[in-house]
Parts: sequence; structure tokens; C-alpha cells
Amino acid sequence: MNLSVKITSFCAAALLALGLCTSAMAADTIKIGVAGAHSGDLASYGLPTVKAAELVAADINAAGGINGKKVELLVEDDVCKPEVATNTATKLVSEGVNVVIGHICSGATKAALPIYRDAHVIVMSPSATNPALTQSGDYPNFYRTIASDDAQARTEVNFAINKLGVKKIAVIHDKGDYGKGLAEFAKKFIDDSGKAKVVLFEGITPGAVDYSAIVQKIRRSGADAVIFGGYHPEASKIVTQMRKKRMKTIFISDDGVKDDTFIKVAGKYAEGVYATGPADVTANPVTREYREKYKKAYGDEPGAFFDNAVAAALALTNAIAKAGSTDPAAIAKVLHTEDVATPFGMIHFDKHGDATGVGFTMYQVRDGKYVQVQ
Amino acid sequence: MLSFKDFGRACVVALWFMVLTFPLMVIKVNPIDRVITWRWHNMVWVGVGSFLCYLASRAWQIHRDARLRRIRLGQEEEKEPLSRRILQNPSIYRPLLAAGALFFLAFPGLFSTYQTNIMITALMYVVLGLGLNIVVGVAGLLDLGYVAFYAVGAYAYALLNLHFGLGFWTVLPIGGLLAATFGILLGFPVLRLRGDYLAIVTLGFGEIIRLILENWNEFSHGPSGISNIPRPGFFGIQMSLDQSITYLYYLMIGMVLFTIFVVNRLQNSRIGRAWFALREDEIACQAMGIDKTRTKLTAFALGATWAGMVGVIFAAKTTFVNPASFTFLESAIILCIVVLGGMGSIVGVIIAALVLILLPEYLRAFSEYRMLVFGAVLVIMMVFRPQGIVANIRKTYRVEEG
Amino acid sequence: MDYFVELFFSGLTRGSIYALIALGYTMVYGIIGLINFAHGEIYMIGAFTALIVSTVLSIFGFPLPAIIILTALAAAIWASAYGYTVEKLAYRPLRNASRLSPLISAIGMSIFLQNYVLLAQTPDFLPFPALIPDFDFMEPYAGFIGSSDLVILVTTTVIMILLTLLIKFTRTGKAMRATAQDRKMAMLVGINVDHVISITFILGSALAAIGGMLIASHIGQINFYIGFIAGIKAFTAAVLGGIGSIPGAVLGSFILGLTESFATGYVSSDYEDVFAFSLLVLILIFRPSGLLGKATIEKV
Repeated sequence: MNLSVKITSFCAAALLALGLCTSAMAADTIKIGVAGAHSGDLASYGLPTVKAAELVAADINAAGGINGKKVELLVEDDVCKPEVATNTATKLVSEGVNVVIGHICSGATKAALPIYRDAHVIVMSPSATNPALTQSGDYPNFYRTIASDDAQARTEVNFAINKLGVKKIAVIHDKGDYGKGLAEFAKKFIDDSGKAKVVLFEGITPGAVDYSAIVQKIRRSGADAVIFGGYHPEASKIVTQMRKKRMKTIFISDDGVKDDTFIKVAGKYAEGVYATGPADVTANPVTREYREKYKKAYGDEPGAFFDNAVAAALALTNAIAKAGSTDPAAIAKVLHTEDVATPFGMIHFDKHGDATGVGFTMYQVRDGKYVQVQ
Repeated sequence: MLSFKDFGRACVVALWFMVLTFPLMVIKVNPIDRVITWRWHNMVWVGVGSFLCYLASRAWQIHRDARLRRIRLGQEEEKEPLSRRILQNPSIYRPLLAAGALFFLAFPGLFSTYQTNIMITALMYVVLGLGLNIVVGVAGLLDLGYVAFYAVGAYAYALLNLHFGLGFWTVLPIGGLLAATFGILLGFPVLRLRGDYLAIVTLGFGEIIRLILENWNEFSHGPSGISNIPRPGFFGIQMSLDQSITYLYYLMIGMVLFTIFVVNRLQNSRIGRAWFALREDEIACQAMGIDKTRTKLTAFALGATWAGMVGVIFAAKTTFVNPASFTFLESAIILCIVVLGGMGSIVGVIIAALVLILLPEYLRAFSEYRMLVFGAVLVIMMVFRPQGIVANIRKTYRVEEG
Repeated sequence: MDYFVELFFSGLTRGSIYALIALGYTMVYGIIGLINFAHGEIYMIGAFTALIVSTVLSIFGFPLPAIIILTALAAAIWASAYGYTVEKLAYRPLRNASRLSPLISAIGMSIFLQNYVLLAQTPDFLPFPALIPDFDFMEPYAGFIGSSDLVILVTTTVIMILLTLLIKFTRTGKAMRATAQDRKMAMLVGINVDHVISITFILGSALAAIGGMLIASHIGQINFYIGFIAGIKAFTAAVLGGIGSIPGAVLGSFILGLTESFATGYVSSDYEDVFAFSLLVLILIFRPSGLLGKATIEKV
């Protein structure tokens, strides 16, 4: 046997061994996909989820993995765009993920879900709040650790009608997926209640230079309260212009406004504004544990949907451990039946895939801080 | 060669840019916590970067001037550009073409589903680029609302499927026709407008279409969009995800070939010549007896047709449409493809589409800089190489004397 | 009737905001016939510079009047520098190219500057300090018109008058008009055309920066995208009034602002932008060169 043949055969053997090795290793890990916006202008919504998944995975791997298998994270960016999300989903599926944490935005989630459904992959989102995702029944593989928009709208409407006793409500939205969906639910719930009337239902143009026309219209409608569906930049503009025009109309808004940036931008005009947000869970030991871990690892406060993402990661890993396999049906069964300790307390998932016990409560800005009022 | 004076001027340029970018690049304030962050290292980067950029552009300029002088003096033959030499020599471009064809045919077999999926996106942009090329590159009408026709196609499939259960193959021509109708509808009022006015009106038209889709819930399901759109069928056979992506890929290859064939035939037709003439000089065009109205309208309609058909494919590929996919940025990207490729050049547009869409996918780490680079590319191409990567070759006819 | 007056005033505010930006578009177009797409971005850069400078100054403890004056100066100077650089880099080499080339270059510049600020600063909204205080004498009218609305309205009017005077009566103004009429002829009579064009860009950019500062202070927040949105509207206004004409830009801005305001008030704000763009299309169909624009007859 001459040298070159020797070398060739050696190389072939080495390659074969390497191949076997990697495939053996691949079988030995549990692959969890993490998909969401990790770059671009919405990155701040997606990155905390990656950090949460990393923290949970590190803990599990330090304790020897799940049933002896290490957890491996596959992180993919979808920039919150539906057309990119399908690429992301295809990539994750072709890499053989077992479960996915994500996506972050409702639109991207909607676009990606059919791909996961066809591949029988269980998906759990920490932040996609569109009601149809669970309630339509189209996606039996979808779960989430955040309450849907209709729950939020219900909280707002109940609070406005029962606690504040308002009779005339103006419903305003920012024409976006999130804001408009929320506003439509709010309108429906107000109409159904029969105790109050929607006197104005309109969309505003995000980014416009001035909102005084719509503010005048709100005043003319004689509304006692405004329910706004959208994010904080528009909310602070509207509130500021309302207050500058000496209107004392009550302003109620959503999770997109329950952000400290809102108070900082609107300054003194933010005082008294109501906004719904996830229930305060800072007393929960699991929440405290992970928030402290985050602080230790990255030096600052965790961002948006961090608790929800921790909950999703814990619920999924727990289900895989309890099921003893990565078989989707077995995982689904555990998710629906067994409680797991998360930042939101003990939760399991109802028949639609919504987490039980994850709800919204009302906050109000008092002395430059959001304070729980319910 | 670069002279000492050039280095001096490069220093001045660097200094100018360091001062210019000082507030935005160096200082970062947090007005709430009243904290200032000074980032002096950025200033160094800006200085060094602009110094080198100036020298590079200066060197290029000197090189070009020297060559032009030599050509004028007859010391050097004018060189044909590389792309032209390749394109005009069958013994070079035929093997290249064959290799390219083989590569694209074997693509789904060679690479993973994910790669194929990305390639489908890139091919969609090839067709979009070729479509816009008819309007901007060939007929010289700057259309900034091209994405509106894309949206028309996508929503045509989504809505016709939702309400009437029409299949992909039925809607594909309908989407194209519908987009063409919209093209004519837009074309009529703007025919009298000159280039710049046309640009802003088409931009406004694109925005109007998007706003209507966003606000008219009863019609378009508003901002939450329409999901569960079926993928294209193949004689009713059930396909797995991998299979349907491969199928879509070949469908897209067919679409690209069909587009190239039609666009190529169009450019060499009577109407194609009329478009070129219109681009060069409208008044001369009219004097030659070309019907300006009809020529412009056909350009709009034919350009829109492709966008409409790709829109249908887009809806079928993502299985979900919402208005957020059809913003002005999308129009700008397609325009960038046409400009980078070389206005009017088919080969150029194909290369540009593949480069601009595939590169950011594989350079995800730099994805933040994607739009920055897009903008810079538009400016740099216009300043240094307005004819694009592959300049369009017009057919030349020689009359032999004899 | 009250409601009508209220809407009228909010339309006026909007209109004067658009006008501050539209003046820059119209000046540049008047001189070199180019739609300077990057003008909206210059406005945004002016606002960002104002935010940075005013925050730094207030941290160093300057009094409010000093802050306002220094901020306005700094914003105007830097925005002018940007305007000058953009013209020199992206438009001057293309002066003799086909009409399409500088336009595409301008769109590229606009995208580039937007993302430059996004990367160099932040994608998030930043609060902008209220530089214009609430005047006491305005208190009875607070329901109709705020102090900052009044300041913007007055500034727009003053600037328009000053610009018209400048163009009518000064040497530079005469040179500008000559360049606008016929660039080659202007060169022949000894006008430094490059110089005149640079001055136009510098002037337009400085106006945009002052506008950026006032408007940002009125709205109370900025991000990298404000220039694009406001720029498109202001540009629409300039085209509406007849691009190239200074009174036209102001008239177009007020018409656009009032249209949007009344559309919101009496119809619905859902289709506010649809109204604005439809108005543009309608006017252009019947008057292809805008309300006050001169119809150009192309000679061969």
C-alpha cells in the first residue's frame, strides 16, 4: 500500500468517525429554537427572550441536562417580519429543533406557525398576543405565556366602566396590528356591556407631526375617557396635547404604554394615566431568582417579556423532562395537565394553549411611577 | 500617482468629517437621566475612514484621467468593459450560462431547504427587478410606488382564495391582470407629469394602497393580515414542507426564465424601442410620431403585471400577508436592484438582485448595516458608475459600404 | 362654529410645521431642479443636534435663554454643514447627468442618513426638552392654540418674509434668481454658480434645523424616522403649491395642513393621509405645475 492510498484511507476513516461523532452528538442534545427580532428597531423586544433562554439552558446543563441530554439553543433572527419569519422557521425545522421559544411579534408568529405545524414542532411565544393565534384552533402546536389582547381589552373596559363609572368612551388606535386589534375588542366589550357608549372610534397616523385635530375631536365627542390601543410614542403625544389643551379626560391604555419611557417622555402630563400590564410578580421567588441572575450576568435590568420568556423556557424544558421524550404529543400532554413553577406562579395551559393564571391588572401613573391600582 | 498635495487635502477632508460627525457620532445623551456618554473612539474611526476613502477616490480619479488622456492621444486602445467582452463572445458566455443553469437546476438537491427558501426570495426579487426595469430602466419613468402592485397581487390571491376558494394557478394570471389594471389606473392621471412630479405621485399612490389595506378591515382584514393561504398545488397532490418548497423553487425558476424571455423580446420590439426613445427624449419621440400616452401606459401596465404575479407567489410562499410587508422601503430595495444592476440591463438586474438579497442573508451579523449600505450603494453607483454593474448594450447596426 | 375654529387652528399649526420644511425643498428645486429627498433627513439631524447640544448645555448649568440661542445656532451650523457636504458629495458630480441620476442619488442619501443616525444614536424615541415655555398671556386661549404653536406660526411667517426679501433685493438673491433662470447664462455673466448652489443648500438646511428644533420641542420627542415622515408631507406640500415658488410652498403647506385637519375633524382620521395624497393627485391633474408654479415650456 503506497503512502497516498494510506493517507486517503486514513482521511476517509477520520471523516467517517467525525461524521458518526457529530451525528451521535446531535442525537444527544435537545434542540430548542429561539426565534424573534434580534436586530433592527424592534430588537429590544426580542433580545431579552434570548437571554432568558440562555440562563435557563445554562442552569439545566449545569445540573446535567434533561434526562441526561444537554440542551442546545438555536437562535435565529426574524426581524419581526412575516416574510423573514418563514425563512427562520424553515431553517429551524431543517436543523431539527424539538421545540421553539418564539416568535416575538404576532405577525411573524402567524406566518411561521404553519411551517412548525406541518413539521409537528411545539412553539411557545412569550409575547405574541393576537387572540386568533390560540382561539382560532388553527394551530394546535401553539402555546403562549402571555395573556391575549382580548383579556387586556376586557381588563381596560371593566376597569373603566365598573371602577371609574364612565359613560362615554372614545376608542383610539394607531392602525397597527396590536393597537387596532385591541381597540376593536374594547369597542365590542363596551357595546356588549350596555353600561357605556363608544362615542368615537378612530385610528391615528403614527409619526404624524401634530395630533391636535384628533384631540379636538375627542373633546367634541364629550368622552369621559379615552381608551388608546398602541404604543407609547403616540400615547405620550396625545396625552401631552390633551393636557396642554386643558382637557382632563381620563386616559386608559395598554401594555405598549406601560413602559417607563412613557413617563419619562410625557413628563408631568403622564400623571394620572392608566395602563394595563402584566400582574406584578416581583414577590415570586422564581421571578426574583432569574432577575438576579440576569443582573449578575449582564449588569442591568432585564427588558421586555423577560419573565414571560423564562416561563416559556421553564414550561417547555419541564414538559420534555416529565414526558421523558421529545415526542410532541407527549410534551403537549404534560403542558396541558401538569403545573410548573414559573415567574407567574404555578401554571399549565388550557385547551387553546393559553397559560392559566397569566393575566393583566391596571396600573396608574402616580408621582412619576406606575402603581398597581387593582 | 498620488501627490503630496493629495495627502494634505485628505487630512483636511478627514478633519471636516470629524467635525461634521462630532455631535452625532461622539456624544450620546440620555436626556432623562441627564447622562452624557463621550465616544471619542468613533471620531478616530471617522477620521481614518474618510482619509482613506478620499485617497481611494482620488487614486481612482487620477487613474481614470490618465487613461482617458492616453486614449485621446492614441497611445492606448479604448478597452471594452469586461462584462461586454463576456456578453459578446459566445465561446465565453455559453459555458458560463450552462454552468449557471446547471447550478440553479441542482440547487435544491445540493443545499438545505432553508437555502432553497432564501433562493426563492432572491428569485422573486429578480422578477420584481426585471419588472421595475421596464418602467424605470427602459422607459425612464421613476416609479417609487412599485410595491403597490406587488401588494395588489398578494392580496388578490389571499382574498380570492379566502372568499371564492380560487387556487394558485387561477389567481396567478388574475393577479397579473389586476396589477396591470392598477398600473393603467395610476398611469392615466400621471401621464402629463414630468419626472419628479411623477416620482412623488407614484410614492403617494403606494402609500394610499397600503393605507387602504390597513384601514379597510371589512375588505382586507386590516393590519392583522390574512393567514393560512395555501401553497401552490400540483394536480392536487399533498406535499410535505420540503417538497412544496422545492416545487416552489422550480416554479420560480420557470417564472424567471419566462420573465427574461418576455422582457428580452419586449426590449427588441417596436414598443421596446419606443420606450428607449421616450427615455432619451420625450419631445423628439413625439416628433417621430410615437404615441406618448400609449407607450407610457403600456410600460406602467407591463411593469405592474410582473409585480402582481410575484405578489401572488409571495402570498403563496409566506402563506400570510399583512400591509406591513408593503412599505416604501420595499420599493426602495427594488429600485436599488435596478440601479445597481444597470438600468435597462437584464443580466445586470439579475446579478444585482442575487447580490443584494443573498448577501444580507448570509451576513446576518452585519444585518444592522444593511440599509446603510443600500443607501450608500445608490449614491456611489450614481456618482462613479451610473451605468450599473453591467451596462446595457444597445443593439448596434452597421451598414457595410460597398 | 367653535369646533370649526379649533380645527382651523390645528390645521394652521400643522401647515406651518410643513412650511418650515417645505421651504428648503422648494429653494433647492428652484435653483437646480432637483428634489432633495435628503432634506427631511437634514431636518431630523438638526433636531438631533439640538437635542444633544441642549442636553449638554443644561447639564453644564447654562440658563434657559442661553441654551435656546446656542442650541439654535449649533443646530443651524451643523445642519448647514451636512447640507453642504451632501450637495458636494452626492449632487455636484451629477450636475450634468440625466435627470434621474441625482434623484436616485438623493433617495440613497436619505436612506443612508436615516440609518447613520439610527446606528450612531438610537432606534428608540428620545424625549425632547420643552424649549418653548408656556406664555402666561396665552392661557385664555390654551384650548385653541398653544404657545409653541404660536411660536412656530410666527417663525414661519417671519422666515417667509425674510426669504422673499433676500431673494428680491440682495445680491445673493439676484444671483440665485439668475442661476434658477439659466445656469449657463448666469455663469457667462460672472456668477459663481457652484457658490450660489452651496449657499442655497446651506440656507435651506439652516431653516430645516431651526424647524427641527421648534417642532421637536412642540412634539416633545424625536427618533431617526421623523425626517422621513415629515419630509414626505412637506414635499407633497411644496409640490402642491408649485415647487420652486416660495409663497407657493407656504400656501401648499397651509392647504395640506388644513385639509388634513378638517378631514380628521369632519370625516375620519383613518384616511387622513389618503386625503392628503388624493388632493395632491387631483391638483396635479388639473394644474400639472402646482398652484403657484410656473408652467415650463420645454424648448428644443
